[in-house]
Parts: sequence; structure tokens; C-alpha cells
Amino acid sequence: MKRFFRPFINGILRENPILVLMIGLCPALAVSSAAINGIYMGLAATFVLVGSNFIISIIRKFVPNQIRIPIFITIIATFVTIVDMVMHAYAPDMYNILGIFIPLIVVNCIILGRAEAFAYHNSVIDSIGDGIGMGLGFTLILVVLGGIRELLGNGTLFGFQVMPVSFKPVLLMILPPGAFLTIGFLQALQRYRGGKS
Amino acid sequence: MMSHFLLLFIGALLVNNILLIRFIALCSFFGVSNSMSTSIGMGMAVTFVMVLASSVSWILWHFILVPLHLEFLQISAFILTIASLVQFVELFLKKNSPTLYRAMGIYLPLITTNCAILAVALLNVLNNFNFIDAIVYAIGVSGGYTLAIVMFAGIRERMSSAPIPKAFQGYPIAFITASLMSLAFLGFKGLFGL
Repeated sequence: MKRFFRPFINGILRENPILVLMIGLCPALAVSSAAINGIYMGLAATFVLVGSNFIISIIRKFVPNQIRIPIFITIIATFVTIVDMVMHAYAPDMYNILGIFIPLIVVNCIILGRAEAFAYHNSVIDSIGDGIGMGLGFTLILVVLGGIRELLGNGTLFGFQVMPVSFKPVLLMILPPGAFLTIGFLQALQRYRGGKS
Repeated sequence: MMSHFLLLFIGALLVNNILLIRFIALCSFFGVSNSMSTSIGMGMAVTFVMVLASSVSWILWHFILVPLHLEFLQISAFILTIASLVQFVELFLKKNSPTLYRAMGIYLPLITTNCAILAVALLNVLNNFNFIDAIVYAIGVSGGYTLAIVMFAGIRERMSSAPIPKAFQGYPIAFITASLMSLAFLGFKGLFGL
């Protein structure tokens, strides 16, 4: 059990892809104008991550070293196509909001990065744990980012009015500049805390 | 006709700038913008590959995938085409044009996972562009990419000698700079009614 949980915790905290590793930024910034978008985007990426980690760790003994990257990309693209079609069929509104960022999961550095750095060298169980941990770390940061921007920019959280009526929303926060600003301050906060301990 | 192309070009270059407004290809935006010379090389490489990849993927889509009713293979087919195209370009340049290879060779492997290339290929299909539109759009988008990354590198070079609070050094201040640049680009909204 411990073996399963270690990579899991690692993905959420110490090696959080967005804040620490600085990868997978595009969807994080683009879809985080509301907290609910973050959940959908994060779960879509988690599904692809777990699926591709699972398959790659199964076939890792048979994959020739020279052509591993094209093989990884094909596997990832298959899972992305599944997500794309399922969302198109069952969540068309969200599909329209996330738009091009669903197919772009295929070039998300987190997924290829984990395939190369983890799933290719580790057992099936460890790889699934790593996929879930990294995926949830990604989802968590998307929701936090989306929550902050939605709260300040619209006065709501998951669509519910949270701020008092007298609160004037800062429209800037849900526009593109707000995304850069929020992530910059979150990162500075994390460094500040890291520097103290 | 000419104004149609101009609008498409300006729209892709400034109004919907791929880095600062659409948030695509940000990994390279923060990753290789440490100095002016690397960002210029990266911009050149992206422009070259993007125009090539847009035309190849357009042909693939309209002459192979659509006639054979294989639209669901779009994602896999495009990414594999782009990845092999980049490899091919790298080998070709290495053999035939060492000068060009020295200028942008090291950036080519990075481009395979550069989401901008795939995004433009997908957007061409999504917007039903014809072949010429697709090329003009690719030039506009890559021009916007180069413009933003070169400006950003210039600012970051200046910032390296500025007194910045310890917690903000490095990436955090870079994000805040990008935020201000994005704000400036937001000002182009509404230009020519776009």
C-alpha cells in the first residue's frame, strides 16, 4: 500500500507539475477562468495519464529503445481520442468551453514526461499510482487557480454567488492577464513558504 | 480578397496572439526566453515548421482522412505526421544546409511537443480554411509567437539585473511580466472590428 501511495503524494505536493516542474502550463492557464472547468480538464488529463502509464508499463519490456517516443505518442493519442469523443457526446457544453485544449492534451508535456520518466522504468502498480497522483496534482492546481480567478473576477465559486453583493468583481482576473498574475503570485507564495521552512 | 488575408494575418498576429491571449505553447515561452538570441532561433524554427506542418496536415485532412471517412483518427494522424516531419526536416537541414541547421537545429526536437504546431493544424480544420488561408494563418500565428517571445526575452534580459524580492525571482516575476504584456495585447481587441 505504501508503495502505491508514495508516488501518489509525491505528485500532488513535492513534484506538483505546474508550480514546481513548470510543465503543462497551457491548459492550466487557458481553462482556469472558472473552477468547474478545472475539474473537467483535470479529470480528462488524469484519465489519459493513468491509461497511458498503465499501457506503457505493461509493454515496457517489448518496446525497442530507439522508437519508444513514437510508440508513446501513439498510445497517448489513442486515449486522447477516447476522451475527445466521450466528452463530445456526453458533455457537449464543457466540450465547447475547453475546445482545442482537449486534443492538445496529446502534446501536454506532463503526459509524455511521465511516460518517459516513470512508466517506462516502473511496475504497473507504481505507474498507476504515479498517474493518479500526477493527475490529481494537476487537477488540484487547476481548481485552485480557477477558484481564485472565479472568486475575484466574478464573485462566484462553482457558479454559486459567494461574495457579498457590494463586492465589485475584478473583471481582469477572468481575462487572460489574470491567469498569468494568479500563477505568478501562487508560485511566489510557494517559494516564500519553502524558503522559510 | 487582399483585405481578407490582411484581417486573417493581423487577427492571428496581434488580436488572438497565440501566446499571450490564447495560451498555447507556453512551455517554450517560459523555457527558452532567457536570451534574445535563443528566442529568435526558436521563433525562426517555429515559423518554418508551422508553415510546413499546416500545409502537410491540410493535405492529409482533405485528401486522405476525409475521403476515407477516417476523421476520428485526426489527433493521432496529425501528431505522428508532425513528429516525423520535424525529424525529416532536422535530417534534411543537417545534410544540406549546415548554416540553417546551426541557427535552428537544436530547437527542432523541442518543436515536436510544441502545442502551437498541432493547435494550428487543428484550427485550420476547425475553421474550414482553404489551403491559402491555412498558410496565411500559419504565418500570422508564428509571427505572433516570434514577436511575443522576442519581446519577452528582451524584458527578461533587462530584469536579470533588477532588484527583485527573493520570493519573486525567476519564474514568478516572469509570469507577472507576461501578465502585463498580455494586458497590452488585450488592447488590440476590436482592431479592425476583429
